[in-house]
Amino acid sequence: MSFRFLVNGAPAEVEVPGMRRLLDVLREDLGLTGTKEGCGEGECGACSVILDGQVVDACLVPICQVDGHIVRTVEGLSLAARERGALDALQEAFLERGAAQCGICTPGMLMAARAYLDAGGGAEEGPIREAIAGNLCRCTGYTKIVDAIAATASGEA
Amino acid sequence: MPTRTLTPVIDRGTAGALVVTPGEVAAGRATASPLRREGPAKLTGLAKYTDDLVFPGAWYGLTIRSTEAHARLVAIEPDPDVDWLSVVIATAADIPGDNVVSLIKDDQPMLVPVGGEIQHHAEPVALLAAPDRETLRRLKGHIRLVTEPLPPVFDPEASDHEFSRIQILHGDLDAGFEAADVILEGEYRVGHQEQLYIENQAMIAVPGDDGGIVIHGSMQCPYYIHNAMKRALKLSSVEARVIQEETGGGFGGKEEYPSIVALHAALLALKAKRPIRMIYDRHEDLAATTKRHPAIIRHRTGVKRDGTLVAQDIEVVMDGGAYCTLTPVVLSRGAIHAAGPYRCPNVRIRARATRTNTPPNGAFRGFGAPQTQFAAETHLNRLAERLRLSPAELRHRNAYRLGDTTPTGQVLRESVAAEEVLRMATDFSGFEAGRAATARRAAERIGSGTIPAGALWTGTDRTASGIGLALAWHGAGFTGSGEVRLASVASVELAADGRIRILTAQTEMGQGTKTIFPQMVAAELGVPIDSVDYAAQDTAEVPDSGPTVASRTAMVVGGLCIQAARRLKAEVEVRHAGQPFHEVFREDAASHGATRIDQRFEPYPGAEFDEETYTGDAYPAFGWAAAVASVDVDLDTGEVTVNDVVAVDDVGKVIHRVMCEGQVEGGTLQAVGYATIEEIKLEDGRYLNDRLATYLIPTSLDAPRIHTVLVEAPYSGVPHGAKGVGELPMDVAAPAVVAAIHDAVGAWITELPATPEKILAALHGAPTRGRAVGPGPDDAGAAAA
Repeated sequence: MSFRFLVNGAPAEVEVPGMRRLLDVLREDLGLTGTKEGCGEGECGACSVILDGQVVDACLVPICQVDGHIVRTVEGLSLAARERGALDALQEAFLERGAAQCGICTPGMLMAARAYLDAGGGAEEGPIREAIAGNLCRCTGYTKIVDAIAATASGEA
Repeated sequence: MPTRTLTPVIDRGTAGALVVTPGEVAAGRATASPLRREGPAKLTGLAKYTDDLVFPGAWYGLTIRSTEAHARLVAIEPDPDVDWLSVVIATAADIPGDNVVSLIKDDQPMLVPVGGEIQHHAEPVALLAAPDRETLRRLKGHIRLVTEPLPPVFDPEASDHEFSRIQILHGDLDAGFEAADVILEGEYRVGHQEQLYIENQAMIAVPGDDGGIVIHGSMQCPYYIHNAMKRALKLSSVEARVIQEETGGGFGGKEEYPSIVALHAALLALKAKRPIRMIYDRHEDLAATTKRHPAIIRHRTGVKRDGTLVAQDIEVVMDGGAYCTLTPVVLSRGAIHAAGPYRCPNVRIRARATRTNTPPNGAFRGFGAPQTQFAAETHLNRLAERLRLSPAELRHRNAYRLGDTTPTGQVLRESVAAEEVLRMATDFSGFEAGRAATARRAAERIGSGTIPAGALWTGTDRTASGIGLALAWHGAGFTGSGEVRLASVASVELAADGRIRILTAQTEMGQGTKTIFPQMVAAELGVPIDSVDYAAQDTAEVPDSGPTVASRTAMVVGGLCIQAARRLKAEVEVRHAGQPFHEVFREDAASHGATRIDQRFEPYPGAEFDEETYTGDAYPAFGWAAAVASVDVDLDTGEVTVNDVVAVDDVGKVIHRVMCEGQVEGGTLQAVGYATIEEIKLEDGRYLNDRLATYLIPTSLDAPRIHTVLVEAPYSGVPHGAKGVGELPMDVAAPAVVAAIHDAVGAWITELPATPEKILAALHGAPTRGRAVGPGPDDAGAAAA
């Protein structure tokens, strides 16, 4: 079957079985390997992407549910910024504050944080911790991730 | 460099952490915190981890594993109704070299041979490769293992197969106990813990035309894999080539385990004559890979009424699992740290590790020390309770000071900061005031319940708060003569094109190697950090500078890099009549060509250790850590919330403050998980909770606020003074959390993790509701001498 959707602002069309995971479509059919697989069962959030403004685990979304919808991945975060050779404010805050260590949870963490910020989330610690509670990080202890998101929310990154 | 009295807080970092420097600062200090070198690639999704790499024509590999804990393998029978010609099967019979995963002992086969013994559940028996994952999944169940069951052993104390045994003797134990006013006994247990790097084990093997194999993978130690390949696959040093790709966390779990994954991928690649992708999913990774060693630790401690320790008798039993892996080394570090960072004239430590029919246990951050120091610190906290002394005061009276002697007879000649980290932790957290407050609240709660001796409360207080303290030490670098045996080489090169290049086998797995090595070398040479490259971790390119383990990277190999840079600088400056390196290095490269300095490890002065008698300098120096945890315990459910941890760590030298704090924060949270929720359940030698839905690690909501205080008591044996940071925080937070739980509810949890079930059970059995004073329920062994 054929499915059409928008990825990071560009139209995509794939010919795959309808139950193929969005994660595999992104990584293997479209070559967007920034989205990672950590558990394949919706526990770790490494494959978080934004689907129509909502954070979803791409390992739990069949491609048939994406037909006609809008997907954002880590590769699309800084499209505008990257043309200037830079990162967006959230990525910059992560870099400066040491919020990325091994980096494998980072793309998913950034997408969860981006969805939180886009929904008007503020700099308070509690709501930020809620917003990224579906994204496991084993390196940082979350302190610097929370700091980076808070700094971005208050525009001081 | 003597340890100096701490000056008060002198610096407040941007992220709120404190750096406290005892007196003067080591020479060559690099104060800046450059940005993570591979950070932009990781933040934009461009960084390539192993599973992101594309190799045209690659097939997928899969491991067929045992479903029994102990059995003889009689036959491997592929289903005759399946067309096997379109796929590749490999068994032990295909292995060109020795069927071993080369490490300390050669007891672990790469694949169980027909006629051999299956030693644990999920043990690799055969390999399968196919063009796509669907075929693999379909065919996996069509290979039957014919076995004859053998009796399994699951209790490490009942096992008659010892991997290793250690005895450390110091002073006269009997005389020590005779002199004691109070003797306290206790038994402590810790279970498995999974490293849970978020990137699963992943290897891709690419066969070359020359019969060689190139491995691309997720790993800590390229040369471990290189050695294993040479041995099992009969490859030369050139034919076997190992390249580390971006690695999504290790924590010890990618120290030795990746060797077997790489061997499997390589064997299939040799047979299939095409690249093989061997990428574990989470379930397989949890079910089959190494965990932290479970341990049973027994303490018998003699103490004077004023709290002075006079005798410590400690027994450690570690469960090695089915194969040796690194168990003797883990046991060694565990045993050396088992008495805690305290002066005691009479000590006996008896430690052994045995074989059970469970998946092998291996390296995990802390490497034996978190297990034994959980026991030591919990025992000391119980001792403080019994003596009616503050846990901080008892530690102040006994913590190592300069000139003290450890159980191995090591005289602590420098860099001793136990007192400093302890004082910083108690001061910064307000420990004594916190204890007084929880005691007041507990006193108010007593009598408020309606069910005698029950955990259910009718008062308005639904939670109890508590605060707890722990102190630990952690030997810097490899144990004993480990570094001398390794004889690591690190190189710094001024290339002909004017670039400066660092060549080591030290891997980046998030901890910051790729940033701090260029930072240190640039500072030494006086050049901008952007002038310094870090060569890829490729065995065809970099020398063997030892494994990226034991918190040795910054200290040992970082020290070699600085020494190499010094020699390079001197050599170039001599050629240019003493003009400074940074002014002439480009011109020197153009006129003179490349200059490469290979720096070999030289034994640290005065450090000697006898592995036969376990006496001498077990480590060149120690790092010191203290943690104060504050918790809430739900009195109805027994659930623990860890609210805050103050983590104070003496790392010798802070090279990169942000990354150093990151290590402390991450290590502290792993220890909080170890203390509260991380648990492996076994049934017949099989891990029951082998999925991420059932093996839990802390989320952002479970994580406490972590307040990091970094202390610098430098070690003079390395040019920069660094003692390492990665493992240190893992030693202290778990006993601090357990002490805080006791402070809240009056019950000692002596077996990790402190689950709600255990806490409720302890509450029901507790003789008093508030702060337990005097002997507790598990205090039966306590007796006045």
